[in-house]
Amino acid sequence: MRYLILIAAVLAAGIGLSSPYQLQLLTFVGINTLLAVGLNMLMGYAGQISLGHAAFYGLGAYTTGVLTVHYQWSPWSALAAAIVLTVICAFLIALPLLSLSGFYLGMGTLGFGMIGFVVFRQWSSLTGGDSGLVGIPALEIGPLSFSSPRSYFFLVWAFAVLSIFLCERLIDSRIGRALRAIHDSERAASSMGIDTGRLKVHIFVLSALLAAVGGFLYAHLVSFISPSSFDFLVSVRMVTMVVIGGMASIWGALLGATLMTILPETLTVFHEYEMIVYGLIMIVIMILLPQGLFRGVLDIYEHARKKPGRTSAGSRG
Amino acid sequence: MKTSGTRMIRALAVAALMVCTVMSGQGWAAKGPYKIGGIFSITGSSSFLGDPEKKSMEMAVEKINAAGGIDGHMLEPVIYDDEGDPTKAVLAANKLTSKDEVIAIVGPSLTPTTLAIIPVVEKTGVPLISCAAGIKITEPVKPLVYKTAQNDVLAVAAIYRHIKAANIKKIGIITVENAFGESGKEQLAAQAPKFGLQILQAETFGAKDTDMTAQLAKIRAAQPEALVCWGTNPGPAVVAKNVVQMNMKIPLYQSHGVASPKFIELAESAAEGILLPTGKILVADQLPETDPQKTVLKGYITEFEKRYSMPVSGFGGYAYDGINLLAAALKGTEGDKKKIAENIGKIKGFVGVTGSFTFSPEDHNGLGPDAFVMVVIKDGKWQLLK
Amino acid sequence: MQELLQYLFSGITNGAVYAVIALGFSMLYSSTGLINFAHGEFVMVGALSLISLWKGLKIPLPAAFAVSVAVTAAAGLLLERLALRNVRKPHPIVLVIITVGASILIRGIAMLVWGKDSHSSPSYSSHPPIDIAGATLLPQSLWIIALTLLLVLGLHVFYKRFLTGRAMLATAINKKAAAVVGIRTDTMVLLAFAMSAGMGGIGGALIAPLSMSSFDMGMILGLKGFCAAMIGGLSSSWGAVFGGLLLGILEAMGVGFLSSGLKDASAFVLLLLILYFRPTGLFGKAVVQRF
Repeated sequence: MRYLILIAAVLAAGIGLSSPYQLQLLTFVGINTLLAVGLNMLMGYAGQISLGHAAFYGLGAYTTGVLTVHYQWSPWSALAAAIVLTVICAFLIALPLLSLSGFYLGMGTLGFGMIGFVVFRQWSSLTGGDSGLVGIPALEIGPLSFSSPRSYFFLVWAFAVLSIFLCERLIDSRIGRALRAIHDSERAASSMGIDTGRLKVHIFVLSALLAAVGGFLYAHLVSFISPSSFDFLVSVRMVTMVVIGGMASIWGALLGATLMTILPETLTVFHEYEMIVYGLIMIVIMILLPQGLFRGVLDIYEHARKKPGRTSAGSRG
Repeated sequence: MKTSGTRMIRALAVAALMVCTVMSGQGWAAKGPYKIGGIFSITGSSSFLGDPEKKSMEMAVEKINAAGGIDGHMLEPVIYDDEGDPTKAVLAANKLTSKDEVIAIVGPSLTPTTLAIIPVVEKTGVPLISCAAGIKITEPVKPLVYKTAQNDVLAVAAIYRHIKAANIKKIGIITVENAFGESGKEQLAAQAPKFGLQILQAETFGAKDTDMTAQLAKIRAAQPEALVCWGTNPGPAVVAKNVVQMNMKIPLYQSHGVASPKFIELAESAAEGILLPTGKILVADQLPETDPQKTVLKGYITEFEKRYSMPVSGFGGYAYDGINLLAAALKGTEGDKKKIAENIGKIKGFVGVTGSFTFSPEDHNGLGPDAFVMVVIKDGKWQLLK
Repeated sequence: MQELLQYLFSGITNGAVYAVIALGFSMLYSSTGLINFAHGEFVMVGALSLISLWKGLKIPLPAAFAVSVAVTAAAGLLLERLALRNVRKPHPIVLVIITVGASILIRGIAMLVWGKDSHSSPSYSSHPPIDIAGATLLPQSLWIIALTLLLVLGLHVFYKRFLTGRAMLATAINKKAAAVVGIRTDTMVLLAFAMSAGMGGIGGALIAPLSMSSFDMGMILGLKGFCAAMIGGLSSSWGAVFGGLLLGILEAMGVGFLSSGLKDASAFVLLLLILYFRPTGLFGKAVVQRF
């Protein structure tokens, strides 16, 4: 049911909107959805935190950028390479880190994220350094070229919807139940025979993979990338999207990505006051709806439906 | 149903007619305004560039409108803030070209943001006059892209000319870790052999670093005869202070990135004796009366300082020149974007705040070595070197 | 030899900056188990306030210093009282995101109040740079180290000798138990925030003369200070100071012996090494914190 609404919304927007600006903004929403959905799996379901996910986003973008610009690879082969490279890196990072817990894991990912950022800047012969990488080609499949805003919009959202679908399947499967068990109590889950270490690593790799695909799509959308688009603040923004949207909620991730992408654009009317308003909105949302927008709005809706004066039985805590 | 059907058709016909009239050109209404887009880094770490650029653009537009506009069309500025972020710059460029339908764009303030929006302007055919320093913007030449800020190439050449004249052969360089510093570092390395110079040690520093004494110690150990620092405030001011702290007695050259009164304010007494290339704006009163830029400069300085109660720097001038060049190119085009781009390319000998612009098919920056003069800081003031 | 000494001094200068910032992080964590993402902005507010008061309004240094610290402490108080306390379900990550929002908010306000440009501040003492075997050290760095150590000592005394301090520790160890014995836990948390913010303000006021201050200076400083706190051990004040100095010195050595471009990476490589071999930090107690 939700899928129908989403797909209908995507089709309506893609066909109905004609302004390249609006289409491109919604395309960015789609890319951010990929990032948020992956990170949500890691944070909401596996209960881990990553403060360096922008590095995977950047890895996807720079891999395809470097391969297509310097070595004239076809973008789709570059995508494959980006996925492989990201999976390898994610494995190497996750294996030692996921034995840590809580803060320490967050710090470890922060460290790796920053190291990735430094590499993007310093390896200037390959990445162009701070001046960035120009000339990333547009995507095409055979005769179909994806260079128009509308076609790219549909391409990105195809990926996004697919990722939402895959993650939902995952959550409804045995793996998903095992994940939720880990989230509630790792020790209990482990005593039940769940290989918690392996599962956590796998979900980490999945979230990194989705971020890399997002990076790939970003690179070919704007055809110019520079390290400043993949710094620590971007990692923080990704985490914010997940938390504000609602953890342990794929649709919450979609909501969070949408809000955090569109909000800054709507706030430009405030000019110099934009940062103040943006910060305030974040704080207020988290105070009023700490479980995230998705659950929060649902809770308000359910609460409003119940007759006034009666406590709702079975309301979630 | 038939009556509403015919009514529907009639309504559609009227609508179609109206649409055709509007689309057939700007002729049907009294002269509509020319919408000029502006993208600047008004907030964020490069706001010292974007803020005066935005103010200068608004000032220039008002002046033109007060004089009656261009061919009877008033200029309408539509300015967005890219916060120094290439992604936001791309969004802003799309907004300007599709939603606001501007006929030209002035800005952005930085090289990465400019490079990011070039595909957008090329796709929509909107001429762009950038205020950024990077040479990659206009080399290779793109028909729609121009820039008003001086190239790093010229700045480095000015510095090196001075160093060579002082009979110095070995230098050390320290550059900031961002696009501006990187580009400067490239140019410094590329042009050194041309002036018979050898770079003994090259170090870098972060834009917000608080102490560069380690890097300077490393440079000092190589024993250069002069030091070139390339960056934008506040880093170079820290370098200047560190150089004094460490008793390094060799001449210190800075880049035009610090060509603003802010640098002297930040570096305080350490600024004494520092040499750098700047646009003529900082030493306007020291210029001889015969200098072609003198009148334009004095006009800009007086207006800007009166209106905004803040001292000028060279940066606002990039946008000021951008608007005035655009105004010159707009004449007779009736908003035809292709003609505007062509007209900019035909401008010769335009005296602006940044320098004297002469564009050509091979040169979309249009400035020559006279866009820079070497100055030395004496008693907290800029002093023109002859 | 002269270079090595200069690297060391440069490291001590930066290290002192990191140390005083790290202290604020670790103090808050030991008292509340929280990480305040906006701590770097408190440092910035302290620095810019000092400059406005001392250099701008020509108020004498001790008064300007005190007012700057008070302003920052007040900001921390407001953050806790208005934002953090009112969260209905105080899951740690939610509180962290609130502090992220707060850091953006404070930066936005600072941008309006102090403008976008950098500002400089004169040194506390007009003593010339200290020269040892050709390597120089600014006296301001020594001011920072001295005052930071004083703060650490002060904290120790506070926690051991004063009832309020012990109450704060009790709240940190077990909030419910502390409430049961009659400690006003809400006030303790509020006080902890105010103190931590105040420490950030002190840090900022000390750092201002060393370098340039601007509305966006807090971000990278906060990040490095946080790393220093983690390296030293979040629950230990001495650890924070040590971590800060170690980080600064290692960065300077990285510049000297490797390359200046990689110096930022050295901070994080060090952090990762610590995480692998001693996750609780060099001086931290082995406390396992569930996220």
